Amino acid sequence: MKKTLILTTALVSLGFAANADVTVMSWGGAYGAAQTEAHVKPWAAATGNAAVMVDADNPAQPIKAMVEAGNVTVDVASLEYADAVRLCDEGVLEPIDAAMLTPAPDGTPAIDDFFPGAVTECGVSTDTWANVYAYDTTKFPEGAAPTTAADFFDLAKFPGKRGLRKGAKAVLEFALMADGVAPADVYATLDTPEGVDRAFAKLDTIKADVVWWEAGAQAPQLLADGEVVMTTAYNGRIFGAAIEEGKPFQIVWDGQLYENELYVVPKGAPNKDLAMDFIKFATSTEGLRAQASHISYGPPRKSANAEKLMYKDGKTEMGPHLPTSPENMTNSLLTSSDFWVDHDSELNERFQAWLSQ
Amino acid sequence: MAEAATELLTTADGRPLKAALAAAQSRAKRRAFLLVLPLLLFVLLTFLVPIGYMLKRSVEHDGFSSSAPALDAWFTENPGFDPANPPEEAYAALVSDLARMQVEKTTGMAGTRINYTVPGTISLFKQGAREAKDLVAPFKESLLALDPEWGKPALWRGMSAASSPYTAEFYQVASDRKLTDDGWARGGDKDRIYLYLFFKTFLISGLITVICLLIAFPVSHLLATLPMAKSSLLMILVLLPFWTSLLVRTTSWIALLQEQGIVNDLLVGIGLISEDGRLTMMYNMTGTIVAMTHVLLPFMILPLYSVMRVIPPSYARAARSLGATSWTTFRRVYLPQTLPGIAAGSLLVFILAVGYYITPALVGGADGQLISNLISFHMSKSNWSLAAAIAGMLLVAILLLYWLYDRLIGIDRLKLG
Repeated sequence: MKKTLILTTALVSLGFAANADVTVMSWGGAYGAAQTEAHVKPWAAATGNAAVMVDADNPAQPIKAMVEAGNVTVDVASLEYADAVRLCDEGVLEPIDAAMLTPAPDGTPAIDDFFPGAVTECGVSTDTWANVYAYDTTKFPEGAAPTTAADFFDLAKFPGKRGLRKGAKAVLEFALMADGVAPADVYATLDTPEGVDRAFAKLDTIKADVVWWEAGAQAPQLLADGEVVMTTAYNGRIFGAAIEEGKPFQIVWDGQLYENELYVVPKGAPNKDLAMDFIKFATSTEGLRAQASHISYGPPRKSANAEKLMYKDGKTEMGPHLPTSPENMTNSLLTSSDFWVDHDSELNERFQAWLSQ
Repeated sequence: MAEAATELLTTADGRPLKAALAAAQSRAKRRAFLLVLPLLLFVLLTFLVPIGYMLKRSVEHDGFSSSAPALDAWFTENPGFDPANPPEEAYAALVSDLARMQVEKTTGMAGTRINYTVPGTISLFKQGAREAKDLVAPFKESLLALDPEWGKPALWRGMSAASSPYTAEFYQVASDRKLTDDGWARGGDKDRIYLYLFFKTFLISGLITVICLLIAFPVSHLLATLPMAKSSLLMILVLLPFWTSLLVRTTSWIALLQEQGIVNDLLVGIGLISEDGRLTMMYNMTGTIVAMTHVLLPFMILPLYSVMRVIPPSYARAARSLGATSWTTFRRVYLPQTLPGIAAGSLLVFILAVGYYITPALVGGADGQLISNLISFHMSKSNWSLAAAIAGMLLVAILLLYWLYDRLIGIDRLKLG
């Protein structure tokens, strides 16, 4: 009996190992589901290899632990930009050759087709999400609704409480852009003590009317409860509430910060070559469009934004909801991970001190 | 006869009785020890080792020392160098280390370590490491031409301190001190936050403990004196929220207390307050205190109840029959007997409140932040050493309070149930 048990266990695990060729680790939830539907399943079907999706709270942590322990079981992982750069610097990730990526349908090399910053030494972007602000359309009638970042700080014209994320990152840049700083100058301004003072001075003008939120789900909830009339939020959360739940929320595409999410390959991945092939497949124009039809994070390639894209419900056009649509990018800023790795602690201390004053 | 008394008593097989007894007892002791061994290992592995590891983390970081050997050696040889004007050899060592970091991909690690005390260093290191192999002697000039920041005295002070893996710098940062060009100094008014938050955390935890005690005392008394059937029913009311998820309870308070919430709607509905005068009870200190008090209340009720249940009612009756007023009876007879329960409950509630994280994060708003929220921030930014230093200071403060408690009340009087 015992022998049979050992034998079957061994066989099952053997079979399991042979089947699960490529393991992709992502964030779970709607995001992980979108990548499963758009990348994992189609790649497995197209190449005949098996692939599985596993979830993590933030894949950066298990990846680093695995590489340090020398026991890597993940081939591809989805990371935030800052983590991807940091882990690449620490030598935890495999470099990815940008030349091997799928060119655009018209033959443009991938590196010219991707948005600036979307391809890094160790990662290729799968989508772009944004820190936007949204308002409740029932509170502001058509024509008298906020349209600019400055309007968020205009309590006279648009009375009511504001929701803001409790943290220095994205909030300070947003305040500077609302104060009239051009996106290209924001980080140079924020690098000076006067620039930081200016950002906090702008925040001072609404400080008494701000409800601070911490978890991403809180922002749409505050808006739905009528606690605030407008709030900053992750654009996917507002999209979900507006399209899936029919809430009267409208995103203002002005002064928002966007960030890339990337696929990376951990050093020592058991199936490195297959992992590279998976990334090539997933970050092709079609692969990126497929993901964007499941979730409102923008495909980071020009060719992927060229044609109309429909949501999986078949009736919502994604264009107006994506951070990468040209009309939504007129006054926007790519979050600088370089700036924040240098100044996160310092500015957060200042921010917390400012909050408690 | 005297000779017989000094003669050793032996067992049947001739061994001295004393030795045989000791052997038998030590066997029993070993067996008893084996029984508690799993618990001992468990405590050791899940409690003492992580805490020890955390404390080690707070004074140890080899991110820079392990990746800059040439500079480490130079700092060791020249402990009294002038940070305002380091000589050419120091710059030469720095450039060779930067080139090495680029090859070994340790730039991020080394830069991060220095960035903890000198903000802005990571990008400086990255740029320096990229260019290092093209720099030519004199290195001081070529490096300063690349970026004048390389000449900052604070940077050289930081690198010198980081060239040893052991450091007290994280405790300096956690005490609101900053590394300046002239050495460590008190941070500016706009940046000081940690000590203030420590103070606030202890104040709020103390306040919550007092509120919990005031609410829990009558409830526990009722629970302890009611007939069994009724008190069991009441007990379920106490325990039900105890079994409910912390997040659910916290978000319920948000639904109740927010400006468009149930309590405000009710007050507006019955005309007590006007539509514009809705009370702000959420996303501030009030919200934090209300939600935390509710979440922690069972930890006060349960020890109090277990102590009160065994206080014989005859004592109070005896006091009354001897002429004491009801107040005197309570003060002189009943209250002293509940002290072990009060002490245990207060200790539990206070210590739990000091480490509270998720409730203040969700309902705290601008002024409801506690020190654990900053620990969590630094954990998420992988500045584990600073998080460990703050946590270490919190641990020392708690141990100090525990010691005080032991001196004033006595830990043997604690009754946890």
